[in-house]
Amino acid sequence: MVPISYYLLLAGMLFIIGTLGALTRRSGITIFLSIELMLNSVNLTLIAYSRLLGDRMGQLIVLFVMAVAAAEAAVGLALFIAIYRHRHTIDLNRLNLMRW
Amino acid sequence: MDTFLALAASDSLTRLVLFPAVAALPLVFLRREQVVKVYLLVVSLLELGLAALYLGSHGGADGPFTASRDAALSWIPRWGIRWELVADGISWPLALLAIVLVPIVVLGTWKGISQRWPAYGASLLVLTSGVLGSLFAFDLFLFYVFWEVMLVPMYLIIGIWGGERRIYAAVKFFLFTMAGSLLMLVAILWIGATYFRVAGTWSFAYEDLLRLDLPAGAQLWLFAGFALAFLIKVPMFPVHTWLPDAHVEAPTGGSVLLAGILLKLGTYGYLRFAMPLFPHASAQARPLLLALAITGILYGALVAWMQPDMKKLVAYSSVAHLGFVMLGLLAADVVAWQGALIQMVNHGLSTGALFLLVGMIYDRRHTKKFDEFGGLAKVMPVFAFFLVFSALASVGLPALNGFVGEFLILLGSYRAVGAWAIAAAFGVVLAAVYLLKMLQLTIWGPLEKEENKGLSDLSLREVLSLAPLAVLMLWIGVAPAGFLAPSQKALEATLSQYTERLKQPVPTEARLIAVEPKEAAAASPGQQEVAR
Amino acid sequence: MEAQNLLWLIPALPFLGAIVNGLLGPRAPKSATTAVAIGAPFLSLAVALYCLFQYLGGGASEPLAATAYHWTTGPIAIDISFLLDPLSSVMLFVVTFVGFLIHVYSVGYMSHEEGYQRYFAYLNLFMGSMLLLILGSNFLVLFVGWEGVGLCSYLLIGYYYQERVPPAAGKKAFIVNRIGDFGFLAGLLALYARYGTLEFGPLFHKIAEDTGVAAGTYALGLSFASFVALALFIGAMGKSAQIPLYVWLPDAMAGPTPVSALIHAATMVTAGVYMVSRANVLYQLAPGVSMFVAAIGGVTAIFAATIGLAQNDIKKVLAYSTVSQLGYMFMAAGLGAYALAIFHVGTHAFFKALLFLGSGSVIHAMGGEQDMRSMGGLRKQLPWTYRTFLIGALALAGVPPLAGFFSKDAILGAAFEHNKLLWVIGVLTAGLTAFYMFRAVFLTFFGKFRGTHEQEHHLHESPAVMTVPLVILALGTLVVGFFNLPPVFPGGNGFVHFLQPVIAHVGEAGAEEGHALSAGTEWALILVSVAVAALGIFLASRVYGGGRGTAGDQTFASRFAGLYRTLSNKYYVDELYDRVIVKPLAWLARVCWKVIDSLLIEGTLGVGTFLTELTGDLARFSTTGNVRNYALYFFLGVVALFWWMIL
Repeated sequence: MVPISYYLLLAGMLFIIGTLGALTRRSGITIFLSIELMLNSVNLTLIAYSRLLGDRMGQLIVLFVMAVAAAEAAVGLALFIAIYRHRHTIDLNRLNLMRW
Repeated sequence: MDTFLALAASDSLTRLVLFPAVAALPLVFLRREQVVKVYLLVVSLLELGLAALYLGSHGGADGPFTASRDAALSWIPRWGIRWELVADGISWPLALLAIVLVPIVVLGTWKGISQRWPAYGASLLVLTSGVLGSLFAFDLFLFYVFWEVMLVPMYLIIGIWGGERRIYAAVKFFLFTMAGSLLMLVAILWIGATYFRVAGTWSFAYEDLLRLDLPAGAQLWLFAGFALAFLIKVPMFPVHTWLPDAHVEAPTGGSVLLAGILLKLGTYGYLRFAMPLFPHASAQARPLLLALAITGILYGALVAWMQPDMKKLVAYSSVAHLGFVMLGLLAADVVAWQGALIQMVNHGLSTGALFLLVGMIYDRRHTKKFDEFGGLAKVMPVFAFFLVFSALASVGLPALNGFVGEFLILLGSYRAVGAWAIAAAFGVVLAAVYLLKMLQLTIWGPLEKEENKGLSDLSLREVLSLAPLAVLMLWIGVAPAGFLAPSQKALEATLSQYTERLKQPVPTEARLIAVEPKEAAAASPGQQEVAR
Repeated sequence: MEAQNLLWLIPALPFLGAIVNGLLGPRAPKSATTAVAIGAPFLSLAVALYCLFQYLGGGASEPLAATAYHWTTGPIAIDISFLLDPLSSVMLFVVTFVGFLIHVYSVGYMSHEEGYQRYFAYLNLFMGSMLLLILGSNFLVLFVGWEGVGLCSYLLIGYYYQERVPPAAGKKAFIVNRIGDFGFLAGLLALYARYGTLEFGPLFHKIAEDTGVAAGTYALGLSFASFVALALFIGAMGKSAQIPLYVWLPDAMAGPTPVSALIHAATMVTAGVYMVSRANVLYQLAPGVSMFVAAIGGVTAIFAATIGLAQNDIKKVLAYSTVSQLGYMFMAAGLGAYALAIFHVGTHAFFKALLFLGSGSVIHAMGGEQDMRSMGGLRKQLPWTYRTFLIGALALAGVPPLAGFFSKDAILGAAFEHNKLLWVIGVLTAGLTAFYMFRAVFLTFFGKFRGTHEQEHHLHESPAVMTVPLVILALGTLVVGFFNLPPVFPGGNGFVHFLQPVIAHVGEAGAEEGHALSAGTEWALILVSVAVAALGIFLASRVYGGGRGTAGDQTFASRFAGLYRTLSNKYYVDELYDRVIVKPLAWLARVCWKVIDSLLIEGTLGVGTFLTELTGDLARFSTTGNVRNYALYFFLGVVALFWWMIL
């Protein structure tokens, strides 16, 4: 059996990659993908612990997370499409109307 | 709610307080300026009538200002906050002053305000309600609410109808007052919580909190919270700097009400709340405050002397006059208190009249600078008469009202604090210096400026707005007994309670003084809340 | 009708006149104004005379007292009440009688002025206040009148308000008086705090009974009696123009001349003397302060007399002479001769009012000219004015048997008895007085006319409405002195005797005034004062008489240039006060305003405001508008939270 630490390590790496991506990329879509990556790293952790502890609850939560992520992606993409129609860009550096 | 409406509809203090605010509502539908003015005049005179009616029906053994109260209604039962209005000899003179000044202001600023009369009128009326509410509220939380209600309309009056730097002045006024009153709110909540801890039931009722005997430390902090709010309002040196700005920028009506009534709420609050609730702390702070009051008297007078602007001169004179009132209050002597109370009224009358007069000349010349005047007595003899009259009242000339207040304050405070009073008496000399300078530069001397030669004298309307003030000034000065006697009982009661409390040692733990538990409190909603 | 129940009418009638004339305004016909203006003081005089007859006819044993109403009640009870005793009856007679004559005179003098009605409203107001002052039976009423006359003085000095100088002079008078009032008020506070009453009778009784009053230190190292006496005297200094507060009185001559006669010579300025005499029990208990009072009086007397030597304005000469004569009165009061002080108040009221009205008649004839260098030889054109003025000048110089001789000589006698130095000062002053008064007489009425041709053409004797009061006052000047003959005559000292009930008898000061000297000394003193007066007049005639005109002044000015300049500039006292008091105070005020108010307080607040704004400005930059930055904040926040929670 694969030890839990492997899963955690992988999940941690995925989370960091996702975080860095979310913080550094300029395209809205890429940031979205990075956030999905972070969510999935969490999902992986949950699954791993669920298996280790024999508690189904973890898997249940993962399903919830996926559903929420899907909904979020739908809303987020719709927003980006609307923004693109308006501004012809989804470069977040240029979407700074709220600047001081 | 039914009981509240019933109360508001009956011959009650509630009606007196709420009538102006409610009467402000129809102003939304009134557009024609003339109609608004007449409506305002009618409403303010009706309010005067209501006050007369109330006094007529509630006079008692102690004269016309016998203490009377509305039935206390629960407002926020969870915290024991109640709608409780009480009027006695301390609040009545100031309340009547406020009620009398409003129609005078409407009449006196008939032409001075040129735009947005409905909003102006509504501000005046809401302000009246706020002032009356603050004067009558016997629940500290309710008092705080009314205290803030006063603030907003005055902020609007300065900010909308003011002079060039009106926004600056309005914001300054607001922030100063707010800084003090927020600390007071904290103090109110603290004292309420202390009461809950000691008595086991929530209450902000003044009479309940009076029974609270606090340890020295808590008293000092709470007193500081209350006193700061009041002293800013008074305003006392060195937190007075909002006043000249506010006065100079405010329209005439705003200045009259500000000087006439709002400032008095500071001294009233100090007398009603800060001293009786925290006797030991106030006694401890007395030397400092006395020094500040005396400084204020002399300092306000000196600075007033130097002003090149008529209105600013009058504004700084308020600092000096209110210093006298504070001196009287701090003396904790019944004569000084009588003097202080009558001096609050006097200042409202004489300074109110002076501000009206400044406004009248400003309406004609659009300037308040002394350089632009001189020799006005030639073209405006009636104006000159009223200006001399009001200035002399302000100087404290015997047979006019200012003297009565100053004399009694000095008599009382000399008995209590000796040399301080002598120092204050020197302020009387300085008062003559700056007010005579004002007369000298405005009405006396040769009439040289071309623009001034065609000035018209006061109209009948303007005379009508000043005449009641002049009559009152003379009346109080010649026969003050009738004005002093009705408040005497209330002052004596407050003073004897205060000095009694001072004789008791400060407790180490907060406790209630009166030993007998209030049976009624057990059934109060607050109590049930606690049980749950 | 009981006389005491009419007392309130005496001040009330002039007040009523003032109100009626004030309300009628300038549109009312002049005759109506005159009727009210003259009628009010006339009725007041009539009531006063009735009360006086009732009082004196009843043997003057018990003072008449009446309470009009309660000013305040309760913890401090003060009444508006009136008192007619020997002291106030003397003052009452002088004020109503002289006051009425001056009202009559004013009708003529002011007939061409605009603001005729305003003038009489003020003048009536003054009469009311002055009568309140002298009839009040407690210090409060006295103070109300005291301030009231001060107000009227302010208004009347500034009567010609369209000019620059008179209103400023009025302001000066009011403010200097206020400084005195500050002292007065302090005295009242101390009295009330100790005795709980301001009513003369009970108050003075309590003071006399109070054993600790003259002992120990109360304040400023003084006993209670001394402190209060000094405080009250500061008030008197202001009102009665004594050093150092005399500076307002010469300036006050900017007002109409009848006003100078009524307020600044006959009545108001003597209020201080009246007050000190009224409170004599305090001064008797405070011998140090009494000595101080006498010294101030003596110094003022000679000081003002020297200034009077070098004045060219006829009214200024009279003004300084008034200051000087008031000095005599305080000298007497300070020496314990209160009755003699009051006697001099009475005689002075007659002859000084006469002199002022006479000078007014001259000024009237000269078309407003007041400079004596432009006058001369007026006795031909103004015979009645000349005759009456001469009587007044002789009285002031102290020539027997005129009023001034009796009162001044009595004061000098008291000074000789108590303090030789003051006597020397008094005698010197008497000589100076005779000299400068006859300088004025010679310059004005003798020699050749030195004014313009046009002025000469206009010279005319004043109308009867002005000369009749002059004649009556001159007759008065001839008569009133006999009320108090020197003690060497049979029936002498009558006035002093009459006033005895008012003078408290404290300790060894129980002896009646003016009886201590032997007859021989008396006669010697009388001879000395008459000789000094004669010498002064003789010198004046040598210098200014015989058509020499102003030549004497020019010789003096060229020979003693420095001294002359100092005198004609009044010892530069005004300039000194300006430098030492007014300017520094103004400087302080400006510091208060510009430094403390605008810089310190506003500055401190400004620092607070600045810090708040700075924080806001800095914090603002975090709002980049960039979503990824917000995400970073969020992330860092989460990290920090974890850090805090886990570690």
